[in-house]
Amino acid sequence: MEFFSHQTSYPFMATRKVWYTLSAVLMVVSLASFFTRGLNLTIDFTGGVSAEARFQHAANVDEVRERLSAAGFREPQVQNFGSSRDIAIRLPPDPKLTATELRSRLEAVLTGIEPTAQVVQLAVVGPQVGSELKVSAMWALFFTLLLIFLYIAVRFHTWRLSLGAILAVMHDPILVIGFFSLTQLPFDLAVVAAILAVVGYSLNDTVVVFDRIRERFETNRRSPPDVVLDQSINQTLSRTIMTKVVTSIVVVALLFLGGPVLKGFSAALLIGIIAGTYSSIYISSAIALDFGLTAEHVFPTVKKAAFDQLP
Amino acid sequence: MLEYARWKYILVAVVLLLALLFALPNVFGEDPALQVERKDHSPVTQDAARAVESFLGERRVHFARSYIDGGRLMVRFGGVADQLAARDAVNERFADTYRTALSFAPRTPELLRALGLRPMPLGLDLRGGLYLLYQVDVNAAVAQAIEGYAQDARRALAAANIPVKDASAVAVGSDKANAVRVVLPPEADGNAARTALNQPLTGLAITTESLPSGSAMTAVMTPAQIRERQDYAIQQNITTLRNRVNELGVSEPIVQRQGIDRINVQLPGVQNSAEVKDILGRVATLEFRLEDMQNNAFEAMQTGRVPLGSKLYTHTRLGHPVLLKREVIATGDQLTNATTGQSQEGPAVNVRLDARAGESMLKTTRANVNKRMAVVLIEKRRETSDVNGRKVTRDVTDEEVINDATIRGIFSNNFQITGLAAGEARELALLLRSGSLAIPLYPIEERAVGPSLGRDNIDKGVTALIVGMAGVFVFMWIYYKTFGLVADAVLLSNVVLLTALLSMMRASLSLPGIAGIILTVGMAVDANVLIYERIREELRKGVTPQAAIRAGFEKAFSAIADSNITTLIAGVVLWVFGTGPIRGFAVVLTLGIATSMFTSLMGSRALLTLMYGGRRKLARLSI
Repeated sequence: MEFFSHQTSYPFMATRKVWYTLSAVLMVVSLASFFTRGLNLTIDFTGGVSAEARFQHAANVDEVRERLSAAGFREPQVQNFGSSRDIAIRLPPDPKLTATELRSRLEAVLTGIEPTAQVVQLAVVGPQVGSELKVSAMWALFFTLLLIFLYIAVRFHTWRLSLGAILAVMHDPILVIGFFSLTQLPFDLAVVAAILAVVGYSLNDTVVVFDRIRERFETNRRSPPDVVLDQSINQTLSRTIMTKVVTSIVVVALLFLGGPVLKGFSAALLIGIIAGTYSSIYISSAIALDFGLTAEHVFPTVKKAAFDQLP
Repeated sequence: MLEYARWKYILVAVVLLLALLFALPNVFGEDPALQVERKDHSPVTQDAARAVESFLGERRVHFARSYIDGGRLMVRFGGVADQLAARDAVNERFADTYRTALSFAPRTPELLRALGLRPMPLGLDLRGGLYLLYQVDVNAAVAQAIEGYAQDARRALAAANIPVKDASAVAVGSDKANAVRVVLPPEADGNAARTALNQPLTGLAITTESLPSGSAMTAVMTPAQIRERQDYAIQQNITTLRNRVNELGVSEPIVQRQGIDRINVQLPGVQNSAEVKDILGRVATLEFRLEDMQNNAFEAMQTGRVPLGSKLYTHTRLGHPVLLKREVIATGDQLTNATTGQSQEGPAVNVRLDARAGESMLKTTRANVNKRMAVVLIEKRRETSDVNGRKVTRDVTDEEVINDATIRGIFSNNFQITGLAAGEARELALLLRSGSLAIPLYPIEERAVGPSLGRDNIDKGVTALIVGMAGVFVFMWIYYKTFGLVADAVLLSNVVLLTALLSMMRASLSLPGIAGIILTVGMAVDANVLIYERIREELRKGVTPQAAIRAGFEKAFSAIADSNITTLIAGVVLWVFGTGPIRGFAVVLTLGIATSMFTSLMGSRALLTLMYGGRRKLARLSI
C-alpha cells in the first residue's frame, strides 16, 4: 500500500504566497485570541486549589457550586471531569487553610450532597510556584529554539535554512496556544511539555526535507533552487504523511483512552503535529528560498561530516 | 549479497537479551498491600501478625498473603477496595500499637528479586499519595550563621578582656546581612582584638578601620561561604524531614532537594493524614532555658510588666504563665535524639544533645539544681493576607513552653524528662525531635492523589498504550507488508529496551511518562519509515532488492540522525527545566529517542540482513 503511488510534483514553491497568507491568518487569529481571551491557566500556573471528587451517582454541578458557596468557599468553579460522576472543583488560593482543613471542609460539603462522595485528588499550589513556572517554561522554549537554530546552522552550513526552520517551528506553538485560547481548554504544565515536544518533533519533518535538499543540491548544482526545493518536498512527502499518520494513531489513542488527565496534553500534541506537518511542508523551505537560498550555501566544497557514513 | 558485521549481530543480541531481563520484572505487576508497623518501631512478631490476620478474617477482609519483611508486616490484597477496608479496620482496632501505610508489593518472583531486578517504581499519580513542596528560608540560615559569628566574637573578646561597644550583623555590598561588624572603644587594643578574633572568625575576610571614637572590624562572609551555609541548611532540613517522614512509617518515601532552595517530599500511599501535616508541617526549633524563679509569672502576666532579662510564656498544655530567662542553654539543632522510655515515675523522654550543648548544660545544671528548666518550641509559619488588595506575606513566630521540669541533678548531654503521661511522653519526644530543625521551611505546594484514582490512571494509560501500539502495528503491517512486520518487531524491542533502561535507572513512572512511552512508539516508527521509503525509491529506480536495502539504510542515516537530534534537543531542555511529572516525560522521551535510533538502525538492519542477506536469487521485496 502507498499513499502516493507515483512521484508527486506539487508546485509548493510557486504557490507559497497562498500558504504564507493562510499561516499569517491562523497566527493572527491565534495571537488575537491569546491577547484578548487569554488562556484558561490551571493552578499549575495561577496558584490555588484544585480538587477532584467522585460521586456514586451523577453529580449535579450547579448544586455542588451552590453548596460550596453556601459553605463559605469563594468563587468555586465546578465542572464535570471525565464522567458525570466525577467533578473538578477549582478555588482561588486561600493561605489561611491548609490542605487537610480544605479537604475536610470540602468533604463535609460533598458528603452533605451524597454520603459516599469522596475527594480523590487535591492540589494546593502557592502563587510563587506558578509564576516561576511561567518563567521557566519561557526559558525552556527559548533554549530549545536557540539550540535547534545552532544545530541546523552547523549541520546544513547556512543560517537561511535555520531561519526557515525556526520561523516554521515558532508557528506551531503559536497555533497550539491559539487553539487552547479559542477553546478555553485548561492549559496546564503537561500542555507546555507537549508544546515543547511538538517543537522538537515538528522539526523532524523540516530536517528530513532539508536533508533531501542538501542531497539534491549535491547532485544537481545547476538546477534552480525552487525546483530543487519542490522536488525535495515531493520526494519526502510520502514519508512525511506516513510518519505523521502513525504518530497521530497513538496520539488519538491517548486522547480518547488516556483519561481526562492527558486530554489537554494529547490535544496539544495532535494540533501541534498537524500544524508541524503543514509548516514543514509549506513554510520552512519557502522561507529559506525567500532568503536567497542557493546550492552554494548548503553545499560548499567542504566534505560531509564523517558520521554521515556510519552504518 | 547483504552483509552485516558479526560483532554488530552480537551487540544487538546481547543488548536485547539484557533488556528483556531488566524489563521482565515489570510484567508481573504489583499487588496493593498494607504495611503494618509498630508505633514504637520494635519488630512485629509472628504471634502479632497472626492476630492481625485473624482479625482481618473476622472482619471478612480478603487478603492474598501476609508476611513479615524487615520487622514490618506486609499484607497483600487482590484489589484496592480490600486494601482500603483492611487499613480502616486495622486503624480502628489497633490505633494504639500499629501504624499502617498503603503500599504496593511487586509480584516479581524471588529469583529475579535476588538478582536485584525490580520493576519501575510508580509515581504518585499512579499509586496515590501525598506530594509536598517546601521552600527553605536559606537567608535565615545565613542570618543565623552571622548571628553565631557575632556571639562568638563577643565571647572571644570578653575572654581576652577587651571591651566591646557593639558586635552585630551588617550587610556589606548586599541587601542581606552577610558580615559581622565589631566596634571597639578607643581604649581597646586593636591588635589584641584582631588576634582574639582570629579564631572565632576563621575564614572570613576581616578589614579594620579607625573611627573618630575607637575602631571597627568588619568580617565578611564570601559568596562561597554563604552558598556553603545555604547548602548545609538544606541538607540539615532534608535530614530532619527524612527523620520525620520515618516517624510516619511510609513505604518508599522520597525526600529530595529541588532547585536551589526547595525540598520535595513524596509519600506514596499517604492520604488525608492529619498526622503528616502536624509532623512535617511543624517548622520548629527548640530552646532549653532556665525559669526566672525570682519573679512571679502570674504577676508579670497581670501587670504586663516583664522583668528585665526575662520573657513571659504560656505553658501549652497547662495554660499557666511561665517566666523564662533570656539565656539559651541549648537549641534544637544541637539535639541529636529524643526517645520515649521508662523511669521509676512512669513514662519519660530520653534526651541526647551534642557535645557543645552538653558542656553548656553541665555548667547550667551545676549552678541550678532544684531550679526549673523549660523547653520552648518556636514555630515559624508564613501568613499571607490581603492589605488594600495587595497580597502581603509575613512570617509569624509562635513560641510556647512545651515542658517545664525541675532540675534534679547535674547532667550534661544525656538526660531524662520525667513526670509525663504515656501519650504526653510520646508527643514530647516527637516534638523534640521535630524541633531539631533550625531553618524555617514553608509548604508551597501540596498534591494528594487517592489510591483509586491512581489505579484508574494506570488502567487508562495501559489501555491507551496497548490500543495505540496495536493500531501502529496493524497499520505498518498493511502499509509495508513483511517489512512492516520487521518494523513492528523493532518497535516492540524498542519498548522493551526503554522499559529496561527506566527500570535500571529506578526512574519513577508517572502518567506523563506512560504518555512518553506511547509517543515514543509513534515517533520511533519514523526511522523505519525513512528507511523503507528510501528502499522503495531505490527499487523504483530499478536497483536490485539487496542493493536497495543497503542504499536505504545508508541514505536514510543522515536524515534519521538529524531529525532525531532536533527532538532530542527539545527532550533534553525539558529534562533540565522540568520538574516532577514533566521531567518524567522528558526522561522517557529522551531515552526513547536514543533507544529508537539503536533499534531501528542496528536492530532492524540485523534482522533484515538475516532475512534477505543470504538469498542469492531475491526477485522482489515484500515492501
